[in-house]
Amino acid sequence: MTKRFRRLLALTLSPAILAGLEERRVGNIFQTVATPGDAVRQSAILVLSIAAGIFLVVATVAAYAIFRFRRRPGDDLTEPPQVYGSTQIEIAWTVIPLLIVFVLIGVTARVVAGVQDHPIPKDAIHATVVGHQWWWEIRYPDYGFTTANELHVPVSEKPGETPTVLRLQSMDVIHSFWVPQLAGKTDVIPNRENVMWIDPRETGIYFGNCAEYCGTQHAGMLLKVIVHQKAEFEAWVASQQQVAAEDASAAAGRATFESLACVNCHAIRDTPAQAGHTGRGKFGPDLTHVASRLTLASGVITNTPEHLREWIRDPQVAKPGNFMPAMQLTEQQIKDVAAYLETLK
Amino acid sequence: MATLDYPLDRPIRRPREWSLSTLFYEWVATVDHKRLGIMYVMSSIVFLVVAGLMATVMRIQLAIPNNHFVAPDTFNRMFTMHGTTMVFLVGMPILAGFANYLVPLMIGTRDMAFPRLNAFGFWIFLFGGLLLYFSYLGGGGLSGAGTAPDVGWFAYSPLTGRAFSRGASTDYWILGILLTGVGSLASAINIIVTTLTMRCPGMTLARMPLFVWMMFLDSYLILVALPPLSACQIMLLADRFLGARFFDTQMGGSAVLWQHFFWFFGHPEVYILIFPGFACVSEIIPVFSRKPIFGRPAMVGAVVAIGFISLGVWAHHMFTVGMTSLSNTFFAASTLIIAIPTGIKLFNWIGTMWGGRIRLATPMLFCLGFLFQFLAAGLTGVMLGVASFDWQLSDSYFVVGHFHFVLVGALLFALFGGMYYWFPKVSGKCLNETLGKWHFWLFAIGFNVTFIPMHFAGFLGMPRRIYTYEAGRGWEIWNLISTIGVPIQIIATALFVANILWTYFKEKEVGDDPWDAWTLEWATTSPPPVYNFEAIPEVRSSRPLWDLKHPEDPDWKYER
Repeated sequence: MTKRFRRLLALTLSPAILAGLEERRVGNIFQTVATPGDAVRQSAILVLSIAAGIFLVVATVAAYAIFRFRRRPGDDLTEPPQVYGSTQIEIAWTVIPLLIVFVLIGVTARVVAGVQDHPIPKDAIHATVVGHQWWWEIRYPDYGFTTANELHVPVSEKPGETPTVLRLQSMDVIHSFWVPQLAGKTDVIPNRENVMWIDPRETGIYFGNCAEYCGTQHAGMLLKVIVHQKAEFEAWVASQQQVAAEDASAAAGRATFESLACVNCHAIRDTPAQAGHTGRGKFGPDLTHVASRLTLASGVITNTPEHLREWIRDPQVAKPGNFMPAMQLTEQQIKDVAAYLETLK
Repeated sequence: MATLDYPLDRPIRRPREWSLSTLFYEWVATVDHKRLGIMYVMSSIVFLVVAGLMATVMRIQLAIPNNHFVAPDTFNRMFTMHGTTMVFLVGMPILAGFANYLVPLMIGTRDMAFPRLNAFGFWIFLFGGLLLYFSYLGGGGLSGAGTAPDVGWFAYSPLTGRAFSRGASTDYWILGILLTGVGSLASAINIIVTTLTMRCPGMTLARMPLFVWMMFLDSYLILVALPPLSACQIMLLADRFLGARFFDTQMGGSAVLWQHFFWFFGHPEVYILIFPGFACVSEIIPVFSRKPIFGRPAMVGAVVAIGFISLGVWAHHMFTVGMTSLSNTFFAASTLIIAIPTGIKLFNWIGTMWGGRIRLATPMLFCLGFLFQFLAAGLTGVMLGVASFDWQLSDSYFVVGHFHFVLVGALLFALFGGMYYWFPKVSGKCLNETLGKWHFWLFAIGFNVTFIPMHFAGFLGMPRRIYTYEAGRGWEIWNLISTIGVPIQIIATALFVANILWTYFKEKEVGDDPWDAWTLEWATTSPPPVYNFEAIPEVRSSRPLWDLKHPEDPDWKYER
């Protein structure tokens, strides 16, 4: 499948809100679009230039020394003058690097403080990102809903205009939140809360990964940040705040879903599958609006009806080692449950 | 005057009897530092090949996106075993091997201070390593989950806790490494005591060869850095078996505590691994440039400085765990400052070549490869040391590229140089130069083709330790190039092994001192007799054989 075709497919299948957002699959750390990423990029370019300069100078001198002082055929076999060292030269090549290092320390101190100690505006958007083996739970405490794997944030026209503050927590082991075009990574550590912030200035779908080894499916713990225009972000929030869709045509699938162990791990708000009725439903992703997501299985497969059915049939095929078991459903049950989940827009 | 006879009398060589009992006494019951040294080096070469083959499997898996060459768990076990093996079963024993063989010869003595402790250290390392590999058979444990450990060589908690690492594989990792750690401590203590108490008459610390200096400081680093690792491994065992809660985050333990312990060992460990590389290069470059090392006191001072500063940089592995901006800046500063003594060493090696008559034989070629690749590795290290840049680079493929430049591009190149340089000492025969040059060039090309692209994959956001990746993230081309370099490295390594065998069985002996060198190990026969020196030599400068070969212009006139 070509990239263009896949993108087209994704667009036709996703709700209207996602239409027109460009996929930024390549997480080039030198093409950043948010203030923390920019600050890092500027320091990075400075450090890279200094390092490249040093490499060129030292490597040239070394190469010259090797070429100039190599033994040539026909050289006499006498020993060259024995030189033991020179204090002046030693001092010179201690002091010059020392000055460079001081510059680098100064730059580091400034950038680190600038990003880490940045005051958080009162009207910032808050999201809590909880790492699980191997998916991301994303809560919006101010808006009262929970989603998974795709973090939606509004664009900032001016730097820092509508930043999103991320509180990073882990349910099990250490993970790391990394979307290279927005900011450097921050670890997601159990029994500890880390905070980071982003203020992307361009809309789009930014790809990232879990960046700390977290077990079997570390590679399958993908991450997306979807940056909307402000109005569209609000529309998205409103749509997520709605109760789960009720569709009489999917009643069979819903009955199957609610009668089986699905509800032990998955919550669907305002149905018996929600916490308090048949189970806590917090171990797996909240499915209230699962059909509105771009991907399933933390980004491993695109969210198409066919993929959804295959996923329900045996989750171990697309993402071996993940904690969702094959529920041994009949073909009819698979079809029904998938059809029900498809209605949860 | 120096009372050094050169060359010494050749020992009588008896024809070998091949029987089980001679084999046992020569290779198992031996306490001879030279045999132990050879066994250390040989076993680490075996582990090097095993771990190298694992790396090959991983590179095949990553050559194309969405590859299904190996299963996720298999891949995770491989990078765990590859890293653990390379650090603890290749890097550590090979340094012990080089030090064991050469330190007593270089300081003009007959053996290490504690020969039996020496043998104990070797065997406990070997059995520790075998115990780790036994996990492939026995690691299933009762629950049958997993075979070899799959927690990474760094074994971050709480992934290593009972809840997330079932079965016994993690216990094999803990116990195997604990044992090899005991071996490393034994050998470090031995090297320190030998260096301090057994130098021949006239060999003051100031006249001690740089190789010995660096192995001495290396041993001191081992002595300081390894116990924290052993301690936290025992704490982890207590967590797993005795219901302790040090790292159990579900019960209020700390995941970050493990990282502090581990890197308090882990960062000095990087220097522990690279010092032997410095040691080899500091001996080889002068001999092949025909000049004494430039700025000898500065060289020793630089290693001492690195040894001390390296104990205060560990948290630069933790810039992303959410330390305060002050701590991040502190550890960035200490990390960057270490670049200064490191730079001094590099400049001094170049200064040594300046004005010399450089013989471009294989040992020297490997040292030159070391120089350029270590320069690159040091500079990417500076980039990682800038805490803000590290937020992007940490745990990305850039880091993988960086530390392979340190450990392969610098350390392994220097060790290969060392093996070519001292092989005639050990066997009496010079390794074949033609094969050696092929080995060097192929290895240099293969190495760079494999590891340079990793830096770019890291710039494009590729994280480490992923068993596969989706297409379209910009990583395909870099991973493919990287994998193409692997067969070139394999051919080069095969040439090296072939060269050893060919030389050992087919080449002619070249005499005791084929490189026209200056340190004491070349003052005895090659290979040396069990007792090393017939008479303990006496030295008056840091280049005793130069004094002997150039009585008209000896070093001791210029050295205080």
